[in-house]
Amino acid sequence: MNMVVCIKQVPDTAEVRINPETNTLIRDGVPSIINPYDVHAIEAALQIREKAGGKVTALTMGPPQAEVALREALSMGVDDAALLTDRAFAGSDTWATAYTLSKAIQLLGADIILCGKQAIDGDTAQVGPEIAEFLDIPHISYIRKIDEAGGGRIVVQRLMDDGFDVIESSLPVLLTVVRELNVPRLPSLKGKMAAKKAMIRKLTAADIGAEESSLGLRGSPTQVKNIFAPESRKDRKMLEGTIEEKVEALVRELVGLKCL
Amino acid sequence: MPIVVNKDTCTGCETCVSSCPYDAIVIREGKAEITELCQLCKACLGVCPEGAIRETGESGARREKSEGTGVWVFAEQRDGVIAGVSFELLGAGRRLADKLGTNLSAVLFGPNAAGPDELIKWGADRVFHCEDELFRNFNDEPFAALLSRLIGQHKPEIVLAGATPIGRSFIPRVAARLHTGLTADCTSLDIDGESRDLLQVRPAFGGNIMATILCPETRPQMATVRPRVMKRAEYDLSRNGEIVKVSAADVGSRTRVVETVKEVSEVAVNLQEANIIVSGGRGVGGEKGFHLLYELADALGASIGASRAAVDEGWIPYRHQVGQTGKTVGPRIYFACGISGAVQHLVGMQSSDIIIAINKNPEAPIFDVATYGIVGDLFEIIPLLTKRIREAKGL
Amino acid sequence: MDYFLTEEQLMIRDLARQIAEEKIVPVRAELDETGEFPWDVMKTIAQSDLFGLFIPEEYGGLGKGCLELCVAVEELSRACLGVSTSYAANALGTYPLLLFGTEDQKKRFLPDIAAGKRLVAFGLTEANAGSDAGGTQTTARLEGNEYVINGTKQWITNGGVAEIYTIIAITDRSKGPRGASAFVVEKGTPGFSFGKKENKMGIRASATTELIFDNCRVPRENLIGKDGAGFLVAMKTLDSSRTGVGAQGVGVAQGAFEEAVKFARKRVQFGHPVITFQAIQHMLADMATSIEAARALVYAVARFIDSGAKDVSKESAISKLYATDVAMKVTTDAVQVMGGSGYMKEYPVEKMMRDAKILQIYEGTNQIQRNVIGQALIKEFARSK
Repeated sequence: MNMVVCIKQVPDTAEVRINPETNTLIRDGVPSIINPYDVHAIEAALQIREKAGGKVTALTMGPPQAEVALREALSMGVDDAALLTDRAFAGSDTWATAYTLSKAIQLLGADIILCGKQAIDGDTAQVGPEIAEFLDIPHISYIRKIDEAGGGRIVVQRLMDDGFDVIESSLPVLLTVVRELNVPRLPSLKGKMAAKKAMIRKLTAADIGAEESSLGLRGSPTQVKNIFAPESRKDRKMLEGTIEEKVEALVRELVGLKCL
Repeated sequence: MPIVVNKDTCTGCETCVSSCPYDAIVIREGKAEITELCQLCKACLGVCPEGAIRETGESGARREKSEGTGVWVFAEQRDGVIAGVSFELLGAGRRLADKLGTNLSAVLFGPNAAGPDELIKWGADRVFHCEDELFRNFNDEPFAALLSRLIGQHKPEIVLAGATPIGRSFIPRVAARLHTGLTADCTSLDIDGESRDLLQVRPAFGGNIMATILCPETRPQMATVRPRVMKRAEYDLSRNGEIVKVSAADVGSRTRVVETVKEVSEVAVNLQEANIIVSGGRGVGGEKGFHLLYELADALGASIGASRAAVDEGWIPYRHQVGQTGKTVGPRIYFACGISGAVQHLVGMQSSDIIIAINKNPEAPIFDVATYGIVGDLFEIIPLLTKRIREAKGL
Repeated sequence: MDYFLTEEQLMIRDLARQIAEEKIVPVRAELDETGEFPWDVMKTIAQSDLFGLFIPEEYGGLGKGCLELCVAVEELSRACLGVSTSYAANALGTYPLLLFGTEDQKKRFLPDIAAGKRLVAFGLTEANAGSDAGGTQTTARLEGNEYVINGTKQWITNGGVAEIYTIIAITDRSKGPRGASAFVVEKGTPGFSFGKKENKMGIRASATTELIFDNCRVPRENLIGKDGAGFLVAMKTLDSSRTGVGAQGVGVAQGAFEEAVKFARKRVQFGHPVITFQAIQHMLADMATSIEAARALVYAVARFIDSGAKDVSKESAISKLYATDVAMKVTTDAVQVMGGSGYMKEYPVEKMMRDAKILQIYEGTNQIQRNVIGQALIKEFARSK
């Protein structure tokens, strides 16, 4: 079983703050991490490998610094790592990102492709399904359990708003996973030491035979127009006075609005 | 790169450096420089006190702007029941279509005899309906294949779908196949008066800030829209429209739903249907603090919500989480207790009718969205409020 | 402060810290409350290869030394001494095999120990033999090709949870200190059972029981080292492990100190965070100073041991004595800085203070450490004059 896990290096957005005066992001000291959902995807691939055998390759697209994320994946136990890095990829939206990753996956070959449900910096959840479309293979989103994997088929549970669906698919298939799926392992020391020395394969636009017009900014149908902080509410009423007076005023307002 | 620093006006003040979520701005020889780490997120635009950071305007000449007319809404259903978000999308779609002076269509897949009429009464001019059994359960491939085919045939300019598990799973395939842009999880939509482009607003960076996204050249412009943020249009019994039956010939699926298991968490339902929600954040301080909120909720007959911070601390289970990574709620009254008001949280509760913020910090952004604000110690305020509400209700 | 750790040593520190923060901190209060053995954490440590840190590579370990072990122990102790005691006691129980085991014994036991598949315990203490190892009453009688062990060991860390036990028993009482021998006994051997789990003041996540030997027969090959070398095995084992106890002291002190600083920055009295008050600042300054001194000492002694020095009794005793006294003082002061909050179970420092006390007691009380240092001084100065 050949598996490719698509991972993304992201700023730990839980640590990002907004400067209330300038309404801008404050990134100071925010570390870069592997997108947390992707860590569950790595764990899922490792668990499939333990049962069904095979090889797991971690794949990411990003600047040369994204190598750190791949080494982390290697220290958890993936067999191989590939980094898509090329100036031509800069400015990719989800369409161009998925196109580029799908080209690399064609080159690497895979029976199962695993992605996190979404990346915490963009929260789009689009790249996984789009890769599947480019590869013309089925995909199943929000995997919370893998019941069976092997023999050319897979049976999984897909988390929905009102419960879950049990779904069977032929291989190859792309899965996007949710956190309920597993508890990711920590790296091992031997894994870390090996990861430090491991060769990481670098792939450029030429290596994957991508059409230049579909890459990066040029290949991206969407663009960011602007970024802003939400506006404040106009009808706000601050309640003043002692604690008792404030509470009294609030109760009065609520009674007035027939809320009580 | 389309974002550049004007080295003549840059003073090297470093203001922009920390604004970049990707660490892509460095100071070299006293001037800011944008490195290859830049993701073109534009968080730095407008940060520079000297106005030295700007876009170059080269977005790379691409194909001709493709054509299209009409606004489409994908009307999602599960078990033969049309999802509420579909009616919200018709409300939003109606506004957009009227602004563009065009018509509004809905697309419904799966058996549902009364569905098309319902969609028309909620605002659709035309409904494409495929009754094929293939669509009884949700499989991504056939949904994507048929929707792509219809869009290819009729060429709408805008396609909206709910940012639900279903919409967010298969709509990306449609966008990939049609080679067009898709914006995820939008919280607001409008039309740019000049270009007639769709302005798609969504939370970015884990919901810390909002971004407006454009899809200027390819059509249709596609967006998934967060449930419970758009207003429904008026339900009009007298509305008439066209129903177009669609065949699913040649559409197949390599996945098969073997079983569907319902597992509804009571809290999640309660939160989304609640009239009143009492929500707690980091300021609540711990499980014990939440007991004060339970008391207040009890007095009000309210459900309990929480911010991500409180859930991450383990004070309350995830199913109570409101916000970008939790539930979107829209109650009559929302009490935000000890919640600072990160955008991540705001996007999940902003459509509440009345927001009451209680926070120690008068600068907390939650006050910007509040209807009523009380600055003070919630450990003093909540018990007193609980007591007064009990009295007022004669409990 | 930068101790110029190698890249690998930093890797070990980071991994141990990650385990501590992600897997130990969230459960430590509950482990303290219930006294349950942290099997999940042990499994994580096993997967991380940390059990094999000091075991040679030919037996499946990583072939590192005392400093690496200290670095790992320090990080685990920063989160929970109960967990780190279970981990460190594993090393303690392994040293007899590592230092004196035959090739066969090493091949038989070390790979499983390195992989964390089987835990180890060291059994020396008895009801009448603690600081005074001469009071040992457990006996091992040679009968044909078997030793028959009788007696009871007391307060044995990892008792019941370990599968491999290295113990000291008297083989020839007439020879006094030279009549003791070391043995390896596996759990499940007939005649070998455990007493009830002790209810302790601190390190409650660690398992402490009696080891009861009632005509327990082990094959002659289970003798570690020579017949009669038991006390040498015990002393060399303790020489090797003591610095690790010092590292535990540095870790728990650091953990308590960080909690105190965090609290002092937030707690407002008289309109100011209490950290702005000089009375608090001076306490924190003294805590920081003594922790850094203890760490510098522990690392220096660990490096001295790793250099291959022959006699390390005095130095290892010095590091254990100083670092664990610092741990007791710093954890007590952390509670003081945090006042009423520090005394409550909502915060981890009262646990750290209860836990820290054991460090001045086990693996030789700090009074015994002073004896060891004193005796070494007498020898040293007798030689130099």
